[in-house]
Amino acid sequence: MRNVYVLGTGMIKFGRYPDKTVPQLGGEAALLALKDAGISIKDVGMFACGNLMQSNAMVGQRILQQIGQTGIPVINVANACATGSTAFREAYISVAAGMYDIAMAVGVEQMGKAGLLGGAGGGDPAYLTEGKVGSGTMPAVFGQAGIEHMRKYGTKLEHFAKISVKSHKHATKNPFSQYRNEVSLEDVMNARMVGYPNTLYMCCPTGDGAAAAILVSEDKLKQLAGGRKRAKVAASILTSDPWTDRDLTLPDVSTLTRRASKQAYEKAGIGPKDIALTELHDCFATAELVHYENLGLCGDGEAGKFIDSGGGVHPSLGGHDPVNVSGGLLSKGHPLGATGVANICEVVWHLTQDDRAKERQVPNAKAGQAHVIGLGSACTIHILTV
Amino acid sequence: MAEQAQATDTGPRPIVPWLKLAPKPHLEGIKCACGAMYLDPKRVACSKCGEADKFKPVVLSDKGKVYVFSVVHQSYPGIKTPYVTAIVDLPEGISVRANLTDVDPAQAQKEPHKIFDLPVELVTGVAAKDREGHDVIAFSYRPTKN
Repeated sequence: MRNVYVLGTGMIKFGRYPDKTVPQLGGEAALLALKDAGISIKDVGMFACGNLMQSNAMVGQRILQQIGQTGIPVINVANACATGSTAFREAYISVAAGMYDIAMAVGVEQMGKAGLLGGAGGGDPAYLTEGKVGSGTMPAVFGQAGIEHMRKYGTKLEHFAKISVKSHKHATKNPFSQYRNEVSLEDVMNARMVGYPNTLYMCCPTGDGAAAAILVSEDKLKQLAGGRKRAKVAASILTSDPWTDRDLTLPDVSTLTRRASKQAYEKAGIGPKDIALTELHDCFATAELVHYENLGLCGDGEAGKFIDSGGGVHPSLGGHDPVNVSGGLLSKGHPLGATGVANICEVVWHLTQDDRAKERQVPNAKAGQAHVIGLGSACTIHILTV
Repeated sequence: MAEQAQATDTGPRPIVPWLKLAPKPHLEGIKCACGAMYLDPKRVACSKCGEADKFKPVVLSDKGKVYVFSVVHQSYPGIKTPYVTAIVDLPEGISVRANLTDVDPAQAQKEPHKIFDLPVELVTGVAAKDREGHDVIAFSYRPTKN
């Protein structure tokens, strides 16, 4: 397999774009990435497009119909919340395998205000189980992941709430973030409960967004980078949920993350202490807490202590092992298909001292990771290095 | 009461296939020779060991213990909130998702540790009427009454 580098990245501010179409949002991000790479769509050999809610509607081709119909192979990818990162991985594989020298990945989503997800179904509504035989809504499912940690380790509500406070503080430095308001611990604790223990500010918002990346071989990097610092894809890992006792009843988001994390560190030849920043899948504050341990940022049962000691907080705010300095899904937003590519953009920007992360630059960033969970389940981890 | 209901062509129907209404309401799962258990009987093979045709039906206990729970405050139109959703571990070694009734949602949030390992028992009731006029029977769990 060949080395693969990220030559260009592009992202539009996450938010609400009711007057634009999915292909337009994706096309805008693609053009930003192409410009950043210093190439044109005519140079791209293959294109992997991640979108979930129109996954039957040829979004990738429709993006090319907006920005350049060059006739290249297009793959439309759907993999729950890991949709964008799986598209990135398909582009990575195509370059690593030597099939193409330049590949493009776009993640795009227009959610409107769709929110609870899960728990719906077809047929006679009398047989819908949601609310009658428990809940499959995301706030309840991820709420229980946090409650499980509470049960095992005595984790407190304040620990989950602190994650939201941190996320919102981080987001104030990110112009790409959907929300940029600070919230206090009291605001978070006293906010409307959505799915215990997650209050409103501990749930990611819904919204629209797009992000794109251009991946190239080492030869192309030398030819096109022009001395600019570019990040290498040191690991691109994808796992699905292995059989565990309760997985089919209460989705197990930890085991597949732990497997992916182990593989990613091994592939990249580094460990958690070498990671300057982590972007992880904080769809809910409860999810972020369990992933601190799943990604080895702290030991098992130590997530509460990690938070209390400033873990996950940007170093400029007195913290260590920064997590989601972009604001994370909780504040930056979570347009499902866009998330996985946007997280990679954030990591790349810190590693390459890109102006787009100027206000929140993590110092001495040589390696970073982007983690995504798609419930159902899929987990991706990308480690990038310079 | 639904507890006396009989499953006949014109009678009540269970909301999910693993709820059996006769001779009295109970849950039934399937167990693979490898030990893995499932609620839904319609299954191609075992997702733990990969073997097909090694399943046997297992009648599940009416009593279990709460593993974890959440309190749902926001749901779809027509679903009354707040309510407690829980994962209940049964002694046979399988977990079931269901509503927890007779537990005050506010109290559960205040003292979550009192819900962990809470002994519970199965109860059933009419949840809806289907398009053909059958009563649809759902199950939930409530704290065990001594």
